[in-house]
Amino acid sequence: MLETRSLACLRGDRLLFRGLDFSLAPGEMVRVLGPNGMGKTSLLRMLCGLVAPEAGEVLWGGTPVQREREDFHRALLYLGHAAALNDLLSPLENLRFAVRAAGDAVETAACNAALERIGLAAQRDLPSRVLSQGQRRRVGLARLFLSAARPLWVLDEPFNALDIDAVAGLAATLDAHCAQGGMVLLTTHQDVAFSTPLRHLDLRSVAC
Amino acid sequence: MLKPFLAVLARDLLLAWRGRADVLVTLGFFVIVVCLFPFGVGAEPNQLRAIAPGVLWVAALLATLLSLHRLFGQDFTDGTLEQLLLSPEPTVLWVLAKILAYWLTTSLPLVVAAPGLGLLFDMEQGGLRVLSLSLALGTPILSLLGAVGAALTLGLRGGGMLLALLVLPLFVPILIFGAGSVEAHLSGSGASAHLLLLSGGALAALVLAPWACAAALRVAAE
Amino acid sequence: MTMQPSRGFHFFHFAAPQTFYPLAGRLAPVFAVLAAVLAAIGLWLSFFVAPTDATQGEVYRVIFIHVPAAWMSMFVYLVMAFWSAMGIIFNTRLSALMARALAPTGAMFCFVALWTGALWGRPTWGAYWVWDARLTSQLLLLFLYFGYIALTEAIEDPRRGDRAGAILALVGAVNVPVIYFSVKWWNTLHQGASVSLTKAPSMATTMLGGMLIMALAAWAYTIAVALWRVRSLILERERHTDWVGAELDRQGARP
Repeated sequence: MLETRSLACLRGDRLLFRGLDFSLAPGEMVRVLGPNGMGKTSLLRMLCGLVAPEAGEVLWGGTPVQREREDFHRALLYLGHAAALNDLLSPLENLRFAVRAAGDAVETAACNAALERIGLAAQRDLPSRVLSQGQRRRVGLARLFLSAARPLWVLDEPFNALDIDAVAGLAATLDAHCAQGGMVLLTTHQDVAFSTPLRHLDLRSVAC
Repeated sequence: MLKPFLAVLARDLLLAWRGRADVLVTLGFFVIVVCLFPFGVGAEPNQLRAIAPGVLWVAALLATLLSLHRLFGQDFTDGTLEQLLLSPEPTVLWVLAKILAYWLTTSLPLVVAAPGLGLLFDMEQGGLRVLSLSLALGTPILSLLGAVGAALTLGLRGGGMLLALLVLPLFVPILIFGAGSVEAHLSGSGASAHLLLLSGGALAALVLAPWACAAALRVAAE
Repeated sequence: MTMQPSRGFHFFHFAAPQTFYPLAGRLAPVFAVLAAVLAAIGLWLSFFVAPTDATQGEVYRVIFIHVPAAWMSMFVYLVMAFWSAMGIIFNTRLSALMARALAPTGAMFCFVALWTGALWGRPTWGAYWVWDARLTSQLLLLFLYFGYIALTEAIEDPRRGDRAGAILALVGAVNVPVIYFSVKWWNTLHQGASVSLTKAPSMATTMLGGMLIMALAAWAYTIAVALWRVRSLILERERHTDWVGAELDRQGARP
């Protein structure tokens, strides 16, 4: 279970929000709302431990995340704006590296299967620089299929640059994760239909 | 524990191989800078012999400085750095792997090429051996300290110049002991003291620099 | 709206910018007056009381400024490193501001030490600059200051600048002794016989007294200037908070 206690976020010298209390329990899906520049991405990065909160704390299973950093990061999958793709490596190599760097065991067969499910079987061994924007995003998303064991998924605009079929497929994947007791926290500008009841976290309510 | 270390090492070596033009450019820079000096100071053999260790060391230092942006720059831009920071494994481990890969692909070629360039300056056999040894011991320190500077200046405008300002003063002791070792050998007083100090410095840098570098990377990724 | 966690510690009470700001405002003038008085006494001692040096004549009197400046430049870097460490360990915002406020003064003293050293060197050594171990390490220290100031100014996000500067100051502080000893080593190898500062003739008591008082004046000056600078840094950082707004209204500084 992920909780925040009176979290505040400072960007530059501007306080974006403060006093944010919320929690995410197993099986729940939360969508962070708020106009651009309200600190949605900052909030996600803060929850992951990439940004230190200006005030307040983030708890995982009741303990502050800095204290149990390793356990928390073992339970977390974060996919940010940047797809973390190196142009000189193929999608397969990028995916294998991402999984290994995250400390998971990796099997090439599983990576191949994940790329196939996301619809990149044909591009598997091409250099990533030839991929389109949507395809690049999909390579990042392929990690979802290899991260079922990580309960907490934090996804920043996962639906960006995806076509309609891919959006539906991704929504189904997120639903399945929640159905198995996982937690999903995401931002998106699109209205996507989920079968999991979607909770909203509106940053305007805590904005400064 | 070693999994991310090996993953990062293997990936960076593969990337260096795929982008080997960059590596060769660094080597080419080193060779050209060294070859410039005779034009500047004249080709009198005694003078060339006298300046050779210093010239080779300064050139190696500049070649390192100009390639440091490669260490984290790409990973910072494409989001890989973020993912690495979220790895449950200790940050210093993969930072060390990156620095090792960088040293293998950038500094090791310089160490190998240096004796050949020393011949252009009419250096004698023993001096060349000490030069190679001092570079082999000193360039890891350059990579380790340089990595801290590279991490601190990640993503800043004019980061290259700033990086030079930050790390060059820190490189001075390495330059002193590195170039000094060859001179000490040539003057007959023996290079072992210099080389021992360089090894000590390398060990200290190996222990301390990855921590500073990891902290700087966390700051940069915010 | 300060976000400092409230702690029982007395130290942390003043670690909050809001509480430190008025304290710094009260202390700074005290140290400024102290600096002025000490400098007046010190300069009087050094230029009118201290005897003329037998070997160097009047030119030696520059050491009354040179030596305290050199001491101060090194000491300020250590204090910067101390505040940086405090900032990293306790995550107190004020520590980084203190380090930042000290840097320009440290660089200034470093420059003064080099400048007066050159003025002294010309008549004594016959050259404005020799690659003496002390001069060279002083020059490298100036570069370290420049690096710190340049890095903290180049980073737009002030908090990121604070933390990057803190890491740099600590790395620099570890390297300062290494640089000093390596330069000394290099110096003894390269130029055996030159006039060395360490072989200064034994000093008269008035000389030593003048130098110590000048050193104390430099201390007081550094503290006063750092406090004033930290006050403006606090105002700049916290300008969106309510208490700074009230403070600016009180000073009539806001239209």
